[in-house]
Amino acid sequence: MASMLMNPIRSCSVSSSWAVRFGARSLSTTAQLQAQVQTKSKKTLARPGVKNIVLVEGVRTPFLLSGTTYADLMPHDLARAALQGLLNRTGIPKDAVDYIIYGTVIQEVKTSNVAREAALGAGFSDKIPAHTVTMACISSNQAMTSSVGLIAAGQCDAVVAGGVEFMSDVPIRHSRKMRKTMLSLNKAKTLGQRLSLIGSIRLAHLSPELPAVAEFSTAETMGHSADRLAAAFGVSRVEQDEFALRSHTLAKKAQDEGLLQDVISFKVPGRDIVSKDNGIRPSSMEQMAKLKPAFVKPHGTVTAANSSFLTDGASAVLIMSEEKALAMGYKPKAYLRDFVYVSQDPKDQLLLGPTYATPKVLERAGLSMSDIDVFEFHEAFAGQIMANLKAMDSDWFAQTYMGRKSKVGTPAMEKFNLWGGSLSLGHPFGATGCRLATTVANRLRKEGGQYGLIAACAAGGQGHAMVIEAYPQ
Amino acid sequence: MYVAVDALLKLQVEMAVTRAAGVFSKFATGKYPLLSGHATRVLSVSSHLAAYKHISFEYKEDVAVIRFNDQTSKVNKQSLQLHELADVLGDIWLYRSSKSVVLISGKPGCFLAGADNNMLQSCTTSEEVTSLCEEAQKLFRRIEQSRVPIVAAIHGSCLSRGLELATACHYRIATKSKETVLGTPEVMLGLLPGAGGTQRLPKMVGLLGAFDMLLSGKNITADEAKKMGLVDQLVDPLGPGLKSPEERTMEYLEEVAVGVANDLASKKIPLTREKSFRLKLWDAVMGLGPVRKMIYSTITKRVQKQTKNLYPAPFQIIECVKTGIEQGSDAGYLAEAQSFGKLVMTSESKALIGLHNGRLLCKKNRFGPPEKEVKKLAILGAGLMGAGIAQVSVDKGFTTILKDTTEDAISKGYEKVYKSFDTKVKKKAMISFERDAIMSNLSIQTDYSGFESADMVIEAVFEDLNIKHKVLKEVEAVTPPHFIFATNTSALPIRDIAAVSKRPEKVIGIHYFSPVDKMQLVEIITTDKTSKDTLAAAVSVALKQGKIVITVKDGPGFYTTRCMGSLFMESLRLLQEGVTATKSDFLATSFGFNVGPFAVTDEVGVDIGFHISEMLCKAFGSRYEGGSLEIVKTMVEKGLKGCKSGKGFFLYGKTKSVNPEVEEILKNHQVTAPSAISSEYDMQYRLLSRCINESLMCLQEGIIASPLEGDIGAVFGYGFPPMHGGPFRFVDTFGADRLVSLMKRFEDVYGNQFTPCQLLLDHAKDPSKKFYESSPSLLQY
Repeated sequence: MASMLMNPIRSCSVSSSWAVRFGARSLSTTAQLQAQVQTKSKKTLARPGVKNIVLVEGVRTPFLLSGTTYADLMPHDLARAALQGLLNRTGIPKDAVDYIIYGTVIQEVKTSNVAREAALGAGFSDKIPAHTVTMACISSNQAMTSSVGLIAAGQCDAVVAGGVEFMSDVPIRHSRKMRKTMLSLNKAKTLGQRLSLIGSIRLAHLSPELPAVAEFSTAETMGHSADRLAAAFGVSRVEQDEFALRSHTLAKKAQDEGLLQDVISFKVPGRDIVSKDNGIRPSSMEQMAKLKPAFVKPHGTVTAANSSFLTDGASAVLIMSEEKALAMGYKPKAYLRDFVYVSQDPKDQLLLGPTYATPKVLERAGLSMSDIDVFEFHEAFAGQIMANLKAMDSDWFAQTYMGRKSKVGTPAMEKFNLWGGSLSLGHPFGATGCRLATTVANRLRKEGGQYGLIAACAAGGQGHAMVIEAYPQ
Repeated sequence: MYVAVDALLKLQVEMAVTRAAGVFSKFATGKYPLLSGHATRVLSVSSHLAAYKHISFEYKEDVAVIRFNDQTSKVNKQSLQLHELADVLGDIWLYRSSKSVVLISGKPGCFLAGADNNMLQSCTTSEEVTSLCEEAQKLFRRIEQSRVPIVAAIHGSCLSRGLELATACHYRIATKSKETVLGTPEVMLGLLPGAGGTQRLPKMVGLLGAFDMLLSGKNITADEAKKMGLVDQLVDPLGPGLKSPEERTMEYLEEVAVGVANDLASKKIPLTREKSFRLKLWDAVMGLGPVRKMIYSTITKRVQKQTKNLYPAPFQIIECVKTGIEQGSDAGYLAEAQSFGKLVMTSESKALIGLHNGRLLCKKNRFGPPEKEVKKLAILGAGLMGAGIAQVSVDKGFTTILKDTTEDAISKGYEKVYKSFDTKVKKKAMISFERDAIMSNLSIQTDYSGFESADMVIEAVFEDLNIKHKVLKEVEAVTPPHFIFATNTSALPIRDIAAVSKRPEKVIGIHYFSPVDKMQLVEIITTDKTSKDTLAAAVSVALKQGKIVITVKDGPGFYTTRCMGSLFMESLRLLQEGVTATKSDFLATSFGFNVGPFAVTDEVGVDIGFHISEMLCKAFGSRYEGGSLEIVKTMVEKGLKGCKSGKGFFLYGKTKSVNPEVEEILKNHQVTAPSAISSEYDMQYRLLSRCINESLMCLQEGIIASPLEGDIGAVFGYGFPPMHGGPFRFVDTFGADRLVSLMKRFEDVYGNQFTPCQLLLDHAKDPSKKFYESSPSLLQY
């Protein structure tokens, strides 16, 4: 923190800051007035004593199926591409950012603080501190809300948050026994000691250890849990396939219409320029029906076609205090408002995060489901989304498991994930959260809505939701 | 592969065995003769719908779903259900009203209900039982041969007749729930599966697998069953959804089963399943006559060794399996039905069923809930007992403090508890996360902090009155008024311990047995001052820890220690008369005891044994004496303290052998054996009559409240032979008069140690007097 306070940018601007802030205040007040006029019934969520924090811009690299064009990169390369994209898009001076936070799930051990490695290569000033957070599929949500926290606490004015996931290469380790032997070898002093250690190696020690695909606490894979969740809520295979098809169809449409403006082009060294997501593949119900269940066999309903696929990708957003953004001459896209994190039983309710988080965040913001104009929910599995929708529509579930008086209700489908979702665009675990937030901001602007809601589930039985408000045009 | 004897002592089956019996009288006396006369009936299927009370069924398109769902009572009644099942299936076969069938329970928790064991007792001849078995066999064979494929959808226990029905079906689907267990526990009740179990299992899981299941009676989880080929498909239990997890899981199971039934009917799933190469190879090997012969003889020998020929059921099982394989199904089924009929009439089976029922009764809370539920326990002493008690407590969700005086002691105690769960993780019976969550219930410490929020302390410190007094005072100084002080002692009178208490109504004895996690019994001891609520709280804790509870009045040695002690005193005399420790132990084990008195003493600790015996002899006077305690005293002085010091009555090296040092000590204590009562038979009954007489005396004095608790305490506490059902049932079966006349002969030589107690004399005088009337389940509360 100390280094942040010593940040030259800030200390330099002290003399002029008063004036700037006055200007910013008056501007924002008028903006709020305009907002009230604009939407009539809908008031702004600004609260006295709470800083207005804005999302200035958000970008992402194209999300690619893992093992395709990005295959030979490293995670920080992708993150760097996103950061550079953000720099280009916003034109922000390389030293005007106070802090950088990145989210990631499967860490490359060489770049465990991937935020710092990416920032250094992206051309940001080496005086900007950076850290990496991890919270499974809501890692970049955590990066964003951490940024919000830093700004709200007055520690920073401008923070870059982002996320990256690189599934084309994952750390595969030697077995524990082999590692132990190798570490002992380091300490062995004589040749005899070394030889006896080498002699102790058995064939079984050579079998590698893959990153766990299963939930650590329950030893159940997420797909398996999703299948059970779908069954618990009586979600049929057809319903899931239909939803997956919807996601791909909408994504294709958005891609074709050029709505996915957060995507930046990325020249991959030694390869072509990548400028499009490559996982969008609208199929037919017949085709999808042919697939065999992937996790629960033979009677399961979750298949490769109605699950999100392994994806490489990175995202980044620029978050600022409203004053700072205006002072720097930016036109923010949206306000980041109330957010919540929730957690529940990681076995049977692993993927119900949105169900728990949605009513809570709406309550905090004083909104109801019908007030929301734009929904962006993370689609881990079609079955998971359908199960969450059914849970949110059930009084019994709300009363029995959530201790609420009644259900929160379901989002209207004509407002829901209209530009595709994780099922079709792809789901680089650590990067999805920023994509959701940016998409809400872009859709609010495009569709003329006032409030947006993002929600996501994550491994460990956790969940997140955030209310985003359109910045007055 | 282990056999019923010790399996019974370690019974892990909870609800398991209630349904061990068969399809009974209703089959023979029902509306229609079973499986015949369908052609003459012009009843339409729909008109039947209303008529069924014990099952329900509906058509899901081409699939008939039959649910065992008794509308008349909370509990499914198996015999009636099978009777109605025969009717429904008869119609389906006759009218071809569906292309496939799903059998499922309408009540979660169990696939097919258990038969009432009392029904078995109501049969007076083995022929009657045999014919009932044959009826069930016929139904199951028709199911097996049905051209309409039948799917068994299993959630909950699928044991005995339930498993026999499931194995007769064409396809089995089971939930992976922890509640789902499959098995043939009949052997534990001295019976065998009487409706084709001994015939179908060998074909299904192979000869060795079948013997393992049939002879051990063990519960098989769904995962294991899938691996063995006992079930064809598994279904995961579901979590919260739009209905309760339990309800939705049943629905889901049914949906999956209906899908499979459709696929079976349309031949998408073949009816005969391709066997794995491994199984084919096994079949080829088992096809060889000499190999099978070798297996029969090896298994018979093993069973002989383990049962000491005291249990007839395992041998009958081997015989039935053998007959079926060597002489064909018809002969096999006949042998099975006849053997079942015979076994039901044996005293062994009656004793085992009695114990089973008694055990269930002792697992119920007879004292109601305590005013304040016990949630937090504090255990004093982190030794073997303390750690064991902590283990069974944290496992069941008690927040537990384990306190001892030194860091070393609590560290060892913690390690012991941790290891017990870690072993489960290594065996994949638990995941590491569950282990960690359980262990988070345990805190170890050397001071009394946190005791102020505990509800009960269980002290397991050294068996010394002064130490017990010291900790009692220390604890009372730091604990709230509602606090209960439970003392774990095997012999110290509770009233003596309570003497220094400020709140004697809150002091109670809980006698755990070592090793705590394995031994199921707990003796709860009340003094005159112990309040009812304290008793209720202690019982509720012990039950939650998974224990079988008997309640006894305070007195020297309470119940089990006192009876076991008398047996020890007598065996000590045998030692002086020149019978070796090995031989004495053999006299006990050949009668059915799990371990002999000397092996037990070595395990408990010779010093502790001496301590207790000395105290009991002092309390009861000359009538309790037997051999000279000087022998044991010298042993303790010489450091021969039993297993813990590597030598006691036996030497514990690589093999167990008689300790020559003890022989040396004995030289000074030799007495001549009275020839009139030193035959093997007499020696055996000298041991036995003393502990039986002592048991009866405990009932007479009101130490125990009922013969049933006496029997449960004897069998589960000090290893009284299960096939005799306990001392009280033994007196009923053997005859009180016979026992009295034996004891009179011993009394002539040894005097008052063999004087039969008044209660035994009363029973001897009046042969109509029995401890058990018709039903063995009378608790006198």
